[in-house]
Amino acid sequence: MSIAFAARRRRGIRPARGLLYFLLVAVAVFYLLPVYVVVVTSLKSFVEVSNSTPWDLPQAPTLDAYATAFDRLRRAFFNSVFLVIPGTVLSAFLGSLNGYVLSKWRFRFSNLLFTLLLFGMFIPYQSVLIPVVTVLQKVDLYGGLPGLILVHVVYGIPITTLIFRNYYAAIPTEMVEAARVDGSGILGIYRHIILPLSVPAFVVVFIWQFTSIWNEFLFAVTIASDPDQQPITVALQGLAGSLLAQYQVQMAGALLTALPPAIIYMALGRYFIRGLLAGALKG
Amino acid sequence: MATAQRLRVERPRRGRSAFSGERLIPVLLVLPSAVLIGLFVYAFIGYTGFVSLTAWRGINPDYTFVGLQQYQQLFDLERFQADLSNTVRFTALFLSASIVLGLGAALLLDQRLRGTIVFQNVFLFPLAISFVVTGTVWRWIFNPNYGINLLLERAGLGFLASDWLTNVDTALYAVVIAAVWQMSGFCMAMFLAGLRSIPEELREAAQVDGASWFQTQRMIILPLLNPILLAAVIILGHISLKIFDLVFVMTFGGPGFATDMPGLHMFIATFRQNLYARGAAIATVLLLMVAVLIVPYLIWQQRAERRP
Repeated sequence: MSIAFAARRRRGIRPARGLLYFLLVAVAVFYLLPVYVVVVTSLKSFVEVSNSTPWDLPQAPTLDAYATAFDRLRRAFFNSVFLVIPGTVLSAFLGSLNGYVLSKWRFRFSNLLFTLLLFGMFIPYQSVLIPVVTVLQKVDLYGGLPGLILVHVVYGIPITTLIFRNYYAAIPTEMVEAARVDGSGILGIYRHIILPLSVPAFVVVFIWQFTSIWNEFLFAVTIASDPDQQPITVALQGLAGSLLAQYQVQMAGALLTALPPAIIYMALGRYFIRGLLAGALKG
Repeated sequence: MATAQRLRVERPRRGRSAFSGERLIPVLLVLPSAVLIGLFVYAFIGYTGFVSLTAWRGINPDYTFVGLQQYQQLFDLERFQADLSNTVRFTALFLSASIVLGLGAALLLDQRLRGTIVFQNVFLFPLAISFVVTGTVWRWIFNPNYGINLLLERAGLGFLASDWLTNVDTALYAVVIAAVWQMSGFCMAMFLAGLRSIPEELREAAQVDGASWFQTQRMIILPLLNPILLAAVIILGHISLKIFDLVFVMTFGGPGFATDMPGLHMFIATFRQNLYARGAAIATVLLLMVAVLIVPYLIWQQRAERRP
């Protein structure tokens, strides 16, 4: 299954172009409706948000809501940054190493090991949540970012291993064999042959892990009990609770929370889709 | 999890890689990950299963063994019965809507119209956004006083207006709509990848034989997408069973238990009500539901890979 969206010429009959465009626009309206809501509402003042024309464009656009939202979410925003960076880098490194060994240095039961690792990608995290909390409390990592980083690194191993293993499977094994004949060791081959070829896979994994960890909520709300160490998803949810009718602030906060993954998606969407499909489609 | 020592001994000897270190090092390199997953996935699942057989309620562990009593109580619980029926209804609606919308959008995008890439990005970007953001925004849209109701009235569709999230009969549909908004792009991406891997010659051959556009799609293209449909059902289905963030943000399970789900109930029972054993039992049931879907899929994929 090729996941490349390669352009191709197509001729022949098909339904009227106008009808197709009409349908495309209709679907697009559904997808863009929340974007309209966020932008329009967040640019209004509290007075204007409270009146009865919520779907109209702001009459007196203001950035006040963004100032309030940023003030309330700044700390959580940077908590998420400091959570995502180590979480992404460490799980990518482990995944790369695993993927290399499981594709190029297979041993007995390595396929079984791979399948056992993969299962960890699909489990509902509720089924490990009680021992996660208990163990983190025991080792004094409960309550904030260090514990969350550990959890995201560990539960990131399956997907990062899968992406790297499938990527390395396409590198000719002869290259590895030739280097072995030349006397290179397993780690030397990794560093000098595999790693330089791994950049596209690292991009896919970085994007995938960054987005997943940034957006994650269950572990965040369970483990980050210290309000000063909350990731941004938890803080956004808290914002809605404390500023109940301040919809303009909620929407500005929502946009702030969505911004980093959205920017990454816009810049590197191609790689994002590859990560997205990695769990479902092979090779 | 097998130890490195055992793996080394059991590996059949091969002429070329005679160095024992060469066989040991690969195992040592994956050992940290294997140990972490062994502990954090398999041992932890075992521990949760064990807790579900105890009487643990309150902050401090109580390992009094009570057998399957938690499960008996759970299945008699009105809230858990609501969870199961909500999960089934939510999954059925969410899956069918996502597949119809995803397949429809993929077929539209596959027609090579000008501007396709823009539409493709519009359909896919919600996948990059957190469920918490999605929930926050759609909660406003479904606010009876501000949201979609006013838009519907303005469009002359006032009869479609509803209390949405505060109405027992409509709350689940509102959550389904938000979930479809977020995840249907995943279906679209999968179907589109499938459509673009179908050789152009197949379509041309069908057209030479006099098939219309719709006949070509129905008789040639759709059957070739069956494996993708299966994968989409399994991946989206297991996401649907695990749904947590979206209901947490949009309804917190309410009104009543109208949108409560096992994933949310587990969280509330364990960390809000301190009913640890009940939480563990819900988690175990949830895990079993997911495993029924995922394990055959994993085995099938591994077999497919082993075939030359």
